[in-house]
Amino acid sequence: MLVPIKWLREYTDVNVPVDKWVDGMVLSGTNLESVEYWHKGISGVVVGQILSIEPHPNAGKLVVCQVNVGQEEPVQIVTGADNMKEGDKVVVALDGAHIPGPLHGKPKNPDGEIIRAGELRGVVSNGMMCGCQELGFPDKIVPVRDKDGLWILDDECFVPGTDIVEALGIEEPTVDFEITPNRPDCLAMLGVARESAATFGTKLRYPETVCAKVAPEESKDYIQVEIRKPELCPRYCCRVIKDIKIAQSPWWMQRSLMLAGMRPINNIVDITNYVMLEYGQPLHAFDIRTVRGGKIIVDTAKNGDKFTTLDGVERELSDSILMINDAERPIAIAGIMGGLDSEIEADTNMVLVESANFSGDCIRAGSRKLNHRTEASGRFEKGIDPNLAKDACDRFCYLVELLGAGTVLTGDVDCYPEPAKPAVTRVRASRINKVIGIDIPVQQMVSYLNALEIKTEVDGDVITCTAPTVRQDLHIEEDYVEEVARMYGYDKIPVTLPKGSIAGGLTAEQKYRVMVKDTLRALGFSEIMTYSFVSPKAVDKVNERENSYFRQFVKLINPLGEDTSVMRTMLLPGMMEVLGTNMSRNIPAVRFFELGNTFIDVPDRKEPELPTEKYSLCLGLFGEKENFYTLKGAVEQLLRAAGIREPEYRAEKFDKRFHPGRCAAIECGIYSLGAMGQVHPEVCAAYGIDQPVYAAEIDFEMLKELADISVRYTPLPKFPAMSRDFAMVVKEEIEVGKLEELIKKTAGDLLESVTLFDVYRGANIPEGSKSVAFNLSYRAADRTLKEAEVSEINTGVLKALKDRFDAVLREM
Amino acid sequence: MTEKLKTILEQAGEELAKAGSLADAEALRVKLLGKKGQLTEILRSMKDYSPEERKTLGQAANEARAKIETMIAERTAELKKLAQEARFKAETLDVTEPGVSAVPGYKHLISLVIDDTIDFFSSMGYTIAEGPEIDTVHNNFDALNADPNHPSRDMTDTFYITDKVLLRTQTSDVQARVIAAQQPPIRLISPGRVFRCDTPDATHSPMFHQIEGLVVDEGITMADLKGVLDKYAKHLFGSHLATKFRPHHFPFTEPSAEMDVECFKCGGKGCNICKGSGWIEILGCGMVHPNVLKFGDYDTEKYTGFAFGIGVERIAMLKYGIDDMRLLYENDIRFISQFR
Repeated sequence: MLVPIKWLREYTDVNVPVDKWVDGMVLSGTNLESVEYWHKGISGVVVGQILSIEPHPNAGKLVVCQVNVGQEEPVQIVTGADNMKEGDKVVVALDGAHIPGPLHGKPKNPDGEIIRAGELRGVVSNGMMCGCQELGFPDKIVPVRDKDGLWILDDECFVPGTDIVEALGIEEPTVDFEITPNRPDCLAMLGVARESAATFGTKLRYPETVCAKVAPEESKDYIQVEIRKPELCPRYCCRVIKDIKIAQSPWWMQRSLMLAGMRPINNIVDITNYVMLEYGQPLHAFDIRTVRGGKIIVDTAKNGDKFTTLDGVERELSDSILMINDAERPIAIAGIMGGLDSEIEADTNMVLVESANFSGDCIRAGSRKLNHRTEASGRFEKGIDPNLAKDACDRFCYLVELLGAGTVLTGDVDCYPEPAKPAVTRVRASRINKVIGIDIPVQQMVSYLNALEIKTEVDGDVITCTAPTVRQDLHIEEDYVEEVARMYGYDKIPVTLPKGSIAGGLTAEQKYRVMVKDTLRALGFSEIMTYSFVSPKAVDKVNERENSYFRQFVKLINPLGEDTSVMRTMLLPGMMEVLGTNMSRNIPAVRFFELGNTFIDVPDRKEPELPTEKYSLCLGLFGEKENFYTLKGAVEQLLRAAGIREPEYRAEKFDKRFHPGRCAAIECGIYSLGAMGQVHPEVCAAYGIDQPVYAAEIDFEMLKELADISVRYTPLPKFPAMSRDFAMVVKEEIEVGKLEELIKKTAGDLLESVTLFDVYRGANIPEGSKSVAFNLSYRAADRTLKEAEVSEINTGVLKALKDRFDAVLREM
Repeated sequence: MTEKLKTILEQAGEELAKAGSLADAEALRVKLLGKKGQLTEILRSMKDYSPEERKTLGQAANEARAKIETMIAERTAELKKLAQEARFKAETLDVTEPGVSAVPGYKHLISLVIDDTIDFFSSMGYTIAEGPEIDTVHNNFDALNADPNHPSRDMTDTFYITDKVLLRTQTSDVQARVIAAQQPPIRLISPGRVFRCDTPDATHSPMFHQIEGLVVDEGITMADLKGVLDKYAKHLFGSHLATKFRPHHFPFTEPSAEMDVECFKCGGKGCNICKGSGWIEILGCGMVHPNVLKFGDYDTEKYTGFAFGIGVERIAMLKYGIDDMRLLYENDIRFISQFR
């Protein structure tokens, strides 16, 4: 809401400097967006009057003007403008003047422009006549008549030689306030003035609405109103004005509109806008010649009806759209836009001014259906007090009379079947104090409320509050808690802490996540975060098989684009994207993890109306020193920390996300925990990655489910261990894991540990075979083992390995 | 005999001086004092002398032995010292060469801010509540007293899965879940991802993070709200900074407020971070609206509460002067590794 301070003073006094005023308004609840000072960057600019216009001797498109700028001698100015005539008053930037610009046809210079005397095609020019934009006014508020040329100041108030800032009366800024949706009443000068008056203890002055002289004919002789849908149109008020004289508005009105962000057009339109900004009530003026049958009928349209609005667009209607009709046909879309046929024309002589109230929901639905929003429709959507309609209508007529724009007829036609009643709320002073945490007397609360024009009746602790009907946000006790709190001042409310204490902290599950993340960071993995939504093609990109579980996407109805149109089902695509980004930036090595939610289009077990949402954990890495086993080492450490006591790694050849010879399924008993390996070169290629990257994706919910992070203490051994090392040659395809498994099975309970300590291929080992070396440690808890018994067990182990895997013992 | 001893002693001195290593010294010891050593030979040959001679000779020989032992011990110590010095010299390192270590990973900046907030609030007895990122229209809007026509419900603002299910636009949905499921006292925060239909640019992202806070108990006041959030702001940005509470409007709180903190960059004088105002808007908050509490059948006469919501990205960006939100989701390790 743009509030020109000079205009605001019409309704209440502003007795403090503007910055202090703004601070006060912010603290009482009207939040600041920005402050615009119009006079900044303007100096040496005065009102001038053109005495003569002569052709330029050397240039057809230029003219030489003698301009009275209040000095003894006129000033000679050469200009290329052509919208002025002798006698016009204009804006003159004298030699050395500063103006904000931009200069006509030039880009805006942030430092503004300095005007210098000089010669234009051989003729001296001692200044510049300015357009409105050149004084820094944005294009959209420049008076429509002077949009494309000099700014012609035709109000009598302008005296040649007067400093332009003073003459225009733009010393004071416009304050832009953010109005929250609960306070549509503040989208009006009067609403802001009401807040200001309550905040600063000044008086609120309502605008004059009574015409001094009205014509004897009555409005009702010209028009009858019928509301066929009263639930959509609670009130329709209108008056008739004759002898309309379309002209420019006086400067004071133009200024008010411009500084409030609206473009002056002509007196009738300007008054309409002026009253809308004063009261927040949109008005509409019809040329009464076009209102057939002297009737206004408010009714919904029929599906498929067509109507051309005043912007010349033919729009298709529906039965949810409310229309203003005359006796024969529609003439306006209620609350949204007038019709082309009933528009005010230059020769309009008699006007019907409508000040109506339409249901916000109806206007919202209609404007959405038509896909067309206007200033008026926006205001109706937010909610307008129907009690404003008559005041606004009368104010319009008063201003028409004041501006000499027409003669107002007697009386109005006001169709208001069920007048809005003010909301009455019982509030308890004690409750207000209790919720805020203060202790102020009832009388103080009452004075705050009265300052906001809330009527009060006090009965002990109870204050019965009657809210003005413009305040549509005051219904329940809590609403009044806020009124008192903000008038008291949030800054004065003390600072305390809640009493009592309760146990807090993380749940076991949350701690588990923290532990997993801590472990991964200790292992050198940095955390990444990627979008929760991805392209459905992401799973193709990582070679996920057809009919996979991971293709059961949760789809967005209204995605920003294909790339973010489904919820991620796995984290690998995001990881690949990030690995690719880092690689493309010449980063030599990274280790990343993401622990995040994934989504599957299967009803959630606990809340079947929602899809399944579960955590997944993805690891990804690349770098000169990284390989399958560095990733596996990390996975092993992670699983150990995460409480998976006996994970198994099974060669997996069919998971196409990975290199078929370098992929392991990670399992725990009968459960699958995920997969890890070198990412398939095709997948890498899809992400523009040309060196090996390794990744793992782990089902975090399963991990959590299977985790056993309890600690079981085992006493330190009392008897020594006995160790046996051996190396043997086996065929390449024999997995070390299989050998270990057999060793454990054969060696029995006395085997404390088996450790693979070397794998060797090369000299002395036949092609297609490898040498693997194990250390076996034997120990009994209750005695020292004898050489003989260990040797016997070990011999059995070696025999079993020989029998089963054809393992040949090597000389150590 | 005495001559011999003297010669041995002299020779021992000379040879020891020449001994360049511990091994030389040891060899000399063996040569002189070993089982077949020169001095041992002499002592052995004493049996050929008279008892008187033996006495004097024995004494001389033992003295010589003691002397030699001392000389060897001294020389050995000296040699040990030299050997150690030599070793130290040989083993001297360039301490300015870089160290070798396992490089730990980094927390994502968003996690850093969230975890910091969790630490702060959990130390005051708050629990951490979590809710799904895909939630119902009911939890995200209806149960939070949002107007049925509020524009934030539009498809231009909110991502929908069905007409009843959406990507939550605020972590406040967890408020609705908790209030429906549990009775006071409640003290919780709820961090998480939220989604809105914004095209990514320097200051917008279709996905970002919020932290919701909710306290419901007997006798909770706006003064408590101010107290807790003032403490939190000071924890985040510095204990010397003042906070300011301004009235505002949210559908799920009444009264509502926004909290500003004094600009931590300029200390309130006005700069580019605070856009000249000296204050930075940090969060929205307020007393929980009775229409929200009623979804838990709470006795609103007995229980009052406050709630707040904070944008994690905003805090992170403000705190570290990050000017482009997209950096947070690009995951360049050079960015990630700057924060700890």
